[in-house]
Amino acid sequence: MNELGTPKLVRSPKDLENLREEIKSERKPNKSGISVCVSTGCVALDAPKVKEAFMAELEKQGLRDQVEFKETGCLGFCEQGPRVTIYPEEICYFKVKPEDVPEIISQSIVQKKVLERLLYKDPTTGKRAKKLEDIAFYKYQQRLLLENNAKIDPKNIEDYIALGGYSALARVLFEKTPEEVVEEVKKSKLRGRGGGGFPTALKWETTRNAPGKPKYVIVNCDEGDPGAFMDRSLMEGNPHSVLEGLIIGAYAVGAHEGFVYVREEYPIAVENIGIAIKQAEEYGLLGWGIMGSSFNLRVRVHKGAGAFVSGESSALMTAIEGRVGEPKPKYIHTATKGLWDKPTVLNNVKTWATIPLIILKGADWFKGIGTQDNTGTMIFSLVGKVKNTGLVEVPMGMSLRDLIFKIGGGIRNDKKFKAVQIGGPSGGFIPEEHLDIPVDYDELVRVGSMMGSGGMVVMDEDTCMVDVAKYFVDFLLEESCGKCIPCREGLRVLSNTLGNICAGKGKAEDIQTTEEIAETMKESLLCALGRTAANPVLTSLKYFGEDWEQHIKEKRCKANVCKALIDFYIDPEKCQACQLCLAECPSGAIQGDKDQVHWIDQEKCIKCGTCYEICSFHAVQKLSGEPIPPEPKGIKPNRKLKGEKKNE
Amino acid sequence: MSKVISLQIDDKEIKAKEGATILEAAKHAGVEIPTLCFYEGLEPYGACRFCSVEIERGGRNQVVASCCYSVEDGLKVKTKTPKITKMRKTILELAAVRSGKDVSGRMLALANEYNANLSRFKMKTPLPQKKCILCGLCVRRCTEANWESAIGFIGRGIYRRIALFPMPAAGLCSTCHYCADVCPTGRITTGSGPHPPFPRVDDVIAGRE
Repeated sequence: MNELGTPKLVRSPKDLENLREEIKSERKPNKSGISVCVSTGCVALDAPKVKEAFMAELEKQGLRDQVEFKETGCLGFCEQGPRVTIYPEEICYFKVKPEDVPEIISQSIVQKKVLERLLYKDPTTGKRAKKLEDIAFYKYQQRLLLENNAKIDPKNIEDYIALGGYSALARVLFEKTPEEVVEEVKKSKLRGRGGGGFPTALKWETTRNAPGKPKYVIVNCDEGDPGAFMDRSLMEGNPHSVLEGLIIGAYAVGAHEGFVYVREEYPIAVENIGIAIKQAEEYGLLGWGIMGSSFNLRVRVHKGAGAFVSGESSALMTAIEGRVGEPKPKYIHTATKGLWDKPTVLNNVKTWATIPLIILKGADWFKGIGTQDNTGTMIFSLVGKVKNTGLVEVPMGMSLRDLIFKIGGGIRNDKKFKAVQIGGPSGGFIPEEHLDIPVDYDELVRVGSMMGSGGMVVMDEDTCMVDVAKYFVDFLLEESCGKCIPCREGLRVLSNTLGNICAGKGKAEDIQTTEEIAETMKESLLCALGRTAANPVLTSLKYFGEDWEQHIKEKRCKANVCKALIDFYIDPEKCQACQLCLAECPSGAIQGDKDQVHWIDQEKCIKCGTCYEICSFHAVQKLSGEPIPPEPKGIKPNRKLKGEKKNE
Repeated sequence: MSKVISLQIDDKEIKAKEGATILEAAKHAGVEIPTLCFYEGLEPYGACRFCSVEIERGGRNQVVASCCYSVEDGLKVKTKTPKITKMRKTILELAAVRSGKDVSGRMLALANEYNANLSRFKMKTPLPQKKCILCGLCVRRCTEANWESAIGFIGRGIYRRIALFPMPAAGLCSTCHYCADVCPTGRITTGSGPHPPFPRVDDVIAGRE
């Protein structure tokens, strides 16, 4: 049954206000509190054990009633998890282990002292940061959507209501006509956060004016890009904000039925949105006569079956209809003929979650954030070879350089930046020369990439651009629905050609073939997946043509990635004849003795890289495109060097 | 009820019924647009992209599949630009990834017309259906003629293939060989097979999945 006791039915905006006051009065602002992140990232890092340790320790010390304990959503800095926040001081502890719990309680809760060693340590300056704002990763962000994730227990609607939740809905239902809502969103210039950047209000207006009934509203949470988790984090951490936006949108377009399409691979998101819908219904904020008005909306959760292409709007709709998720062939907007050929508004999770903010704070406030045609904030999932990885929410128009070097903290191990890929697997690579462009929909398309849903993968100088293009082509090949010939066969041929180039079998005409296929795909295909699938290949060719030339002509991979083009070699100056690699080599290719420098028999070497990984003296090297020096038979090792542990 | 609108195809002013596709309008006006996965009377499928044409819309050029795009008033369509011709050639070559030169029927005629080198991208694949280009004509023909499908798609992406479902096939295939009639590559043949003459598709799977 309901864990929160009897739900308080909200039958008018006044009821909502009363309820909010009641919740607030029950909660003392200065009461000590602990919040632990229980989103996927932290759960993977053992957050549930930390949670149990807190429960047990609070029980043991008899503090259960004096300390408010909360399980909350994600703050985005997942690599530093599990994250624990102490209230009311808002001290953030990172990388908390169950063993740390007794100390946190006795020191921070009882004696109000800060535990230095659990604070975040800046990797460059070495300084400890007490609050989020002091951490470089957070300092430059503007967290409109993600801010509340750490304050809300996603399974408790009262937390959301206490922070002003559902008051945007109350305002819309009782003070605004549907047209006024559309007008307000239009004024805010909000563009779809799923990646296309289509003006949201225009979509709503089309659906509102389209003939045909019933109308539908859909939340697209089919986030399948490798390395992206912004939609998941929002869905897990603050599902009510998405739901409130959806109800407002449904009211604006005149829909009475809504769907939330979530990937089944996101179990916590599925669970939390399910609970959110149930609680909203119990409180009278969803269902029949919402908040005592005459507006009805039923929302159901549809679990996706794992196809990447179902993130495409018309494919997602066919999937909800119960058919194979393939894009519809007709050139008709889903806004007029969508789900079951009825007018349908489909928006991304982030778009829906932005709506309540626009209604509450006004379109003018929203327009003040970002640039003229790209308003508001965008959430990126910043991953790859940067020092700080995680979810980043910034105003539109921030430069890529600031994003990567200020928030991301620069490239890991102080290597050189090579490229950044934005927009998921079908986004293009952006080289250093374009790092100063502002991040917005139009600029990214201009340089051959796209906003996509906001994945951002940073690559350093050790990345081979041909290899990485092949990686993404292979991903899309797996995920293409296989209907259209240029996509299915084009990706197959591209993958094959790129594979040949990486294997050192590239021919001079391969570049032209690749371009020809990529252009055909880009122009002729039906859905966004196919049309953008060639982006990684085209931008790799455009900006990193040098890498391709080297692979094809010199049979050389400068980044030492393509196995077929590299040879392993032991530097006789550095080798200490420790016999470690000799013992570990799976193919017995390493020769030598305990008092004799080792060398690799190239005939036997399978290029697995084991010796390279385990050598503590950096004696094993990768050579590409250059001759291997002769075997140093019988040389005694120069035992002066000190071994060091390799990083990671 | 349907309005008549005017548009331009290859600099020719023509009139068409609202709601018609570019392909229909062009045919009516005597302009031929080549197709692979289209068959008159069947629901357009838009899978081969071979009927792609260039349209001008709002000052911007765009490539669309003419079998699926509905005509608009004042639309300017070009069916034979160098870009389109090159694209069609590439599509034919891509379609022949599995079959190579071993095709007959419309594929062969089109390959000759567009000077396509069908063995350009030929590769060894583990899949047995070498001639099939997965245009889906047989599947649509079967479903639309019989209200039940004896033949259908299985698998996704490059694992997509055509399969015969023996249960419905046992009842249907003895009297109907529509799938063989529509196949543009000559992959499906009837007549010399067992009795009743099933469409000879190698991939027979047990029952419908």
